[in-house]
Amino acid sequence: MMDQSFSNKNSHGKGRQMPIHYGSKKLNMATISSPLATQIPQAVGNAYALKREANGNCAICYFGEGAASEGDFHAALNMAATLKCPVIFYCRNNGYAISTPSAEQYKGDGIASRGEGYGIKTIRVDGNDIWAVYAATKKAKKFAVENNQPVLIEAMTYRVSHHSTSDDSSAYRPSKEVEDWTKRDNPILRLRKYMENQKIWSMEEEAEALKSIKTRVLEAFAAAEKMKKPTISTMFSDVYDNSPPHLQAQFEEVQALISKYPDYYKVNDFSSDL
Amino acid sequence: MIRSISSFGRYPSFQQTNKIYKKTLSPFLRLQLTNYSSLYDHTAEPVKNLNVGVAHSSFLLNSIAKIRNDSELSQLGLAQAPTKKMNMCQAINDALTIALNKDNKAIVFGEDVAFGGVFRCTVNLSQTFGEERVFNTPLTEQGIVGFGIGVAAQGHTAIAEIQFADYIFPAFDQIVNEAAKIRYRSGGEYDVAGLTIRSPCSAVGHGALYHSQSPEAYFSHTPGLKVVVPRSPIQAKGLLLASIADRNPVIFLEPKTLYRSSVEQVPEADFSLPLSKAQILKPGTDITIVGYGSQIYTLENAITMVERDMPGISCELIDLRTILPWDVETVVNSVNKTGRLVISHEAPITSGFGAEIASEISNRCFTKLESPINRICGFDTPFPLIFERFYLPDLARCYEGIIKTLKY
Ligand SMILES: Cc1ncc(C[n+]2csc(CCOP(=O)(O)OP(=O)(O)O)c2C)c(N)n1
Ligand SMILES: [Mg+2]
Repeated sequence: MMDQSFSNKNSHGKGRQMPIHYGSKKLNMATISSPLATQIPQAVGNAYALKREANGNCAICYFGEGAASEGDFHAALNMAATLKCPVIFYCRNNGYAISTPSAEQYKGDGIASRGEGYGIKTIRVDGNDIWAVYAATKKAKKFAVENNQPVLIEAMTYRVSHHSTSDDSSAYRPSKEVEDWTKRDNPILRLRKYMENQKIWSMEEEAEALKSIKTRVLEAFAAAEKMKKPTISTMFSDVYDNSPPHLQAQFEEVQALISKYPDYYKVNDFSSDL
Repeated sequence: MIRSISSFGRYPSFQQTNKIYKKTLSPFLRLQLTNYSSLYDHTAEPVKNLNVGVAHSSFLLNSIAKIRNDSELSQLGLAQAPTKKMNMCQAINDALTIALNKDNKAIVFGEDVAFGGVFRCTVNLSQTFGEERVFNTPLTEQGIVGFGIGVAAQGHTAIAEIQFADYIFPAFDQIVNEAAKIRYRSGGEYDVAGLTIRSPCSAVGHGALYHSQSPEAYFSHTPGLKVVVPRSPIQAKGLLLASIADRNPVIFLEPKTLYRSSVEQVPEADFSLPLSKAQILKPGTDITIVGYGSQIYTLENAITMVERDMPGISCELIDLRTILPWDVETVVNSVNKTGRLVISHEAPITSGFGAEIASEISNRCFTKLESPINRICGFDTPFPLIFERFYLPDLARCYEGIIKTLKY
């Protein structure tokens, strides 16, 4: 994950996408695309193909309540229902799409109410309760796979952070609201309380874990930051399966320029193409 | 683990490209470039004592004296008018305020527009004009544009914002098949004269695939649309007001990197700059250079370097401003005079708008051309995060490209 965030040569996306656009073929995780909701109908297609493979697998697609306003969301649900696809639509309803509160995003009963309209079995779950989310997802998978049908899950939660590092949410919501949610109802807090009640976790273990995890994160951070970027030719690969002549010529143009201006282009940050 | 890249082996090595290098790059002249930094960055390092980047541009009318001396503003009777220092974001906000003030049928809407928009261009408008006129929409670009079409067809003024030009594609159908064709298909009974779609575009240094694109060419391929790209606060204000007033659907693409980096003394009055009229930013006799949007500033620096390194040469720089319908005449007149043409834009070179300009100019100026028309553009790859500096038609590439065309 650090490698992806630092766009270094070990990142799966080869340094091409912005941070947190993860993906892993090994983990069956489709690489994230920034345009919202585009991957919801794609998940339906994945599910259809999985159904034909008949291996007991299904697809799951995560998205926000804001993304559910896109046409792609509606197309996806209707396609999944009519084509009987084993897909789980998992909507995280965290109350905001950047600055837009859900009250301005929809007027119906959340996202869950839409499932019924498309003839899709739907579960609404407390998104801050990790066990409830786990149980709902498990049940949805069983249902989807056994019946070759889609399931919609709406997990209710609250976005305690800003939308992104370039967002300051105090411009559109009271910080008191954020504080309340952070203190009162937060998935991490609730899991910790549960574990403490079960006597499988303690304040001391928490402190210790926080410390050691922080160290590990910082180590990974430093290592990923130091790592060279991918080779410059990586810019031109994967556009097609094989590089057509015009891209090869363009790469040659880049090479010619950087051999004339190596300091300017800071080519030392990049792995060598040789 | 690094995946092996199949096409890898076929790329020539640096040594092998030395030959090509000799052929394509100027063998004698060499820019004194040290560390790459974006030209939009205020911390861009000087190149051989020359301050580069938007902040240092001589085209920005950032003093009262420059306003008083500007010929276009003089022609419009604005050279003596009161001005206010604004960046491009504030100038757009100012234009929207004027549009909302003078036309009660005007509304402004889009994702996150009510709190001011993610780039702060619509800040305070909702408070000033009320939620009925400036409001958030649900997160659906096709919905936003379709809605705007309906508003405009009803004779009102719809000013829609698409949060990033990269996210305009869900609305492509509404724009290309609907907005652009309504007048034609209804025999002139209906139109969307009052529709303007604003959207931030182009590179910003860290935007990668989906926060950097310059999609003007997709829309330039659509009869019925107008496409405008401003380069500065004054330009943005005048061209946006013209776009809103224009009786056709207009796609108004705002190079987001200029929102804060470009600052001018903007006339406070309500004024319009002409659409479909290019502007000669710098007259010259030996080569014509055409660009638009933020690319203008890279070209400005490249020209300065070229003129410094090739004494006696003078370059003419034209800001196209409107991409569709574009000002053929201004470019033709210039190329007939200079005999050489370089076109530069960030969007990928293949089927970019430069191709259209090149084709039209080779047609009109064939006998006057002394060298092939040279396009210095983005490469034909998706916009790559970590490779942005190699992808963009940057200072070094523009400098080399202009010299190559001059020495042909
Ligand atoms: C098609 C498209 N339009 C706009 C955006 C810009 N954008 C990025 S995230 C976001 C809000 C998403 O809200 P939501 O779906 O609720 O997800 P959350 O961030 O709350 O998890 C917007 C508008 C985008 N990425 N793609
Ligand atoms: Mg949300």
